[in-house]
Amino acid sequence: MAHGPATLADGWVKYASRWLFTTNHKDIGTLYLWFSFAMFILGGSFAMIIRAELFQPGMQLIKPEFFNQMTTMHGLVMVFGAIMPAFVGLANWLIPMMIGAPDMALPRMNNLSFWILPFAFAILVATLFMEGGGPNFGWTFYAPLSTTYAPDTVNYFIFGVHIMGASSIMGSINIIATIMNMRAPGMTYMKMPMFVWTWLITAFLLVAVMPVLAGAVTMMLMDINFGTSFFDAAGGGDPVLFQHIFWFFGHPEVYIIILPAFGVVSQIIPTFSRKPLFGYSSMVYATASIAFMSFIVWAHHMFTVGMPIAGELYFMYATMLIAVPTGVKVFNWITTMYKGSLTFETPMLFSIAFVILFTFGGFTGLMLSIAAADIQYHDTYFVVAHFHYVMVAGAVFSGTAAVYYWLPKWCGKMYNETMGKVQFWIAFIGFNITFMPQHFLGLAGMPRRYADYGLQFADWNMVSSIGAFMYGAAQILFLFNVVRTITHGKPVDKPEVWEGAEGLEWTVPTPAPYHTFEKPPQVK
Amino acid sequence: MLKRAQALFLRCLGAVLASAAAGVVNAESATRQLNMPQGVTEVSQAAYDIHMIMMWICTVIGVAVFGFMFYVMYAHRKSRGAVAENFHENLLVELLWTIVPAIILIVMAIPATTALLKVYDTKDADIDIKVTGYQWKWQYEYLGEDVKFMSELRTSQDEIYGRESKGEHYLREVTEPLVLPVGKKVRFLITGNDVIHSWWVPDFGVKRDAVPGLFTSAWAKTDKPGTYVGECTELCGSGHAFMPVVVEVKEQAEYDQWLAGKKEAAAVYASTIGKQWTFDELMVQGEAVYNRSCAGCHAVNGEGIPGVFPALKNSVIALGPVVEHLRVVVDGIAGSAMQSFADQLSEVDIAAVIHYERNAWGNNVGDITQPIDVLNYKQAK
Repeated sequence: MAHGPATLADGWVKYASRWLFTTNHKDIGTLYLWFSFAMFILGGSFAMIIRAELFQPGMQLIKPEFFNQMTTMHGLVMVFGAIMPAFVGLANWLIPMMIGAPDMALPRMNNLSFWILPFAFAILVATLFMEGGGPNFGWTFYAPLSTTYAPDTVNYFIFGVHIMGASSIMGSINIIATIMNMRAPGMTYMKMPMFVWTWLITAFLLVAVMPVLAGAVTMMLMDINFGTSFFDAAGGGDPVLFQHIFWFFGHPEVYIIILPAFGVVSQIIPTFSRKPLFGYSSMVYATASIAFMSFIVWAHHMFTVGMPIAGELYFMYATMLIAVPTGVKVFNWITTMYKGSLTFETPMLFSIAFVILFTFGGFTGLMLSIAAADIQYHDTYFVVAHFHYVMVAGAVFSGTAAVYYWLPKWCGKMYNETMGKVQFWIAFIGFNITFMPQHFLGLAGMPRRYADYGLQFADWNMVSSIGAFMYGAAQILFLFNVVRTITHGKPVDKPEVWEGAEGLEWTVPTPAPYHTFEKPPQVK
Repeated sequence: MLKRAQALFLRCLGAVLASAAAGVVNAESATRQLNMPQGVTEVSQAAYDIHMIMMWICTVIGVAVFGFMFYVMYAHRKSRGAVAENFHENLLVELLWTIVPAIILIVMAIPATTALLKVYDTKDADIDIKVTGYQWKWQYEYLGEDVKFMSELRTSQDEIYGRESKGEHYLREVTEPLVLPVGKKVRFLITGNDVIHSWWVPDFGVKRDAVPGLFTSAWAKTDKPGTYVGECTELCGSGHAFMPVVVEVKEQAEYDQWLAGKKEAAAVYASTIGKQWTFDELMVQGEAVYNRSCAGCHAVNGEGIPGVFPALKNSVIALGPVVEHLRVVVDGIAGSAMQSFADQLSEVDIAAVIHYERNAWGNNVGDITQPIDVLNYKQAK
């Protein structure tokens, strides 16, 4: 189909077939983004249930068994359903437009990698309605709680994870192939926008570690159904082996989430500073170093498991080192703003909040890397606060910034700036009310994944819950603002949309036509 | 619109703060602890010190970086007429902000290493205690002393589910605390029986995972008598939040007295194991044991949790021959969540609970299982 996309006017069948069979990177990007937003709301509603139960000490609304299903599903849905597909959606929309390519390199695979995702999550979420309930062993699913002691539905979870993994691997191979082969003439590697760079590196991380995750869940499947003992000490296996395998996947995984977020922020801050990104090449090298280091620090998630002291020291030193390239990135962003001409539209507000709150999460991360102190932090709310500062204020804020930043290019309409700013402030304040007190809770001794707690933790839990409801409400406003923009937004027709925007995606007409760069542009 | 939203927000914030303040007044036991406890051992002190060092270093860097950032956001805004410059590279500053943080980190690594060496210094202990995590309780065994007991949550289900008001020590009280003497180096050998747990006493700076099939070790030595409360910190199933750790540190003389009392009680118990119990005595004892140790999975009404834990009401095991029932409870079922209770419950308790399961909820088998039957079964193996 070389012509325009089917619209509702062509009838439901044609319209539905367009989305089902599409090989267009923009359509697929849109599908990813809407899917991830749906998962974000679903995972968010699980979080609301958690915070409602934790509003006061005692069990009021749900049973501990269901509480554990909620914490598990919240983590799984947010990591695999909301954040990762959101950035794949952005990659689909933006990478071809940023490098001057007509589409992704492998369009049919692109379609497949999206359309298996809804099935993966249907399988996963369906377990909540089955006998035995959903997965209840935490998103880190440590054996033997997730094997010998798991509900039978764990098999659905395993297949769900396999499908998500396949989707991610296909998505990332596609991104690598696109970036390596389809750059416009003159678009050398060191001229690629930072978002493209961060995604190229992320895609390699994904290809490297998703098979490790697949291996871990397959070993679980064997232990549960076929009598092997990979993770069962009674049969000669080792439960700690599971943790090593999981975190060999899990640590790169958190950088898979955050690197594209770095990329987004590196696009937005220069635009609203009206000044080029400071230290472009050092940003590229820093990203690559962070990616490399992510493979050699995994056991810092296991400081209390009883490793030999030599191992503990090594993982501590290696982890501390990550602060160096991460610091370089933060300094570069701030220096980009220095002596710029700053304005504070919604995408910029979210990006600045990203830099501040992500750095804050980086500080607590540095504290967590100190093994002797980690003995007190480990598996408490201090850790919960830490990773929500980097995951929510990091990845989710940057995703929100990206949507506001590129939405006018995607749909040719401008969002309501006031509503965007109101959303930002509610989200920013709500986020901090939710997660700042969790540092105090953790330091005072409240472990994570607790369905109930002693009276000394009551105050801060109540404050945290109120903040969470606020943050949740901000997302409804987000949805409303985006839908309202699409239906009633003020039309934009300038190609560059933003005053200081640089890059090929701002050279095509607004809204971006269904097919762009059918003839490659020349990059000077 | 923005003004109105701001006013509304401020009102909400006021309400939040007021209700939080009211919460403090209502719950007298609530504390406002914000920071890590210093604790009472060398290790907890070391953890606290390195935590504070790191926090201050981060605070100083944070104030400098964010301070500069806020200055930029104020001074270089377009609305103040700022015109963008075009510089975008400087090798010197890039090198500086790579090397300076690296040096800071190397300096940080020194106290971090010393602190960790303290954590691992488990040699030359005066007392060895084996700590075993069970779903959802702790077992303490004084190695070489022949003293062993279970420590479970004492808070009632009625308090947890709000049918009764919550006591002062809500979720921080156990049936029998671990007792330690002051001034002795105690080594904990920590393991798990079923899934992974983690034994944490913040005031000792001890947190070690209790991994089934593996022993990890930690140590504590304190000069301050008192009661120290901790938690399980590794997700271990639905009772995860309900298996606190309570440690009582006593003066040496009190400790010796306590230990002697424990040994005596064990001897008294051993002499009564041959006693013949009546049907009703066993039912009463059995119900108590069942609700404490079995109802978590099989439910108070014996109906289990469909799809996860089997029902005992009308079950083949409970209605079948008693030796099969003994086998399941004493040996457990390999590869399932049904663990062996041989080490967790006494012969009397096992007999009582089997008796109860065979005669409660309409399971009217009518036979009597005596403690001596359990002992004979164990010895026959």
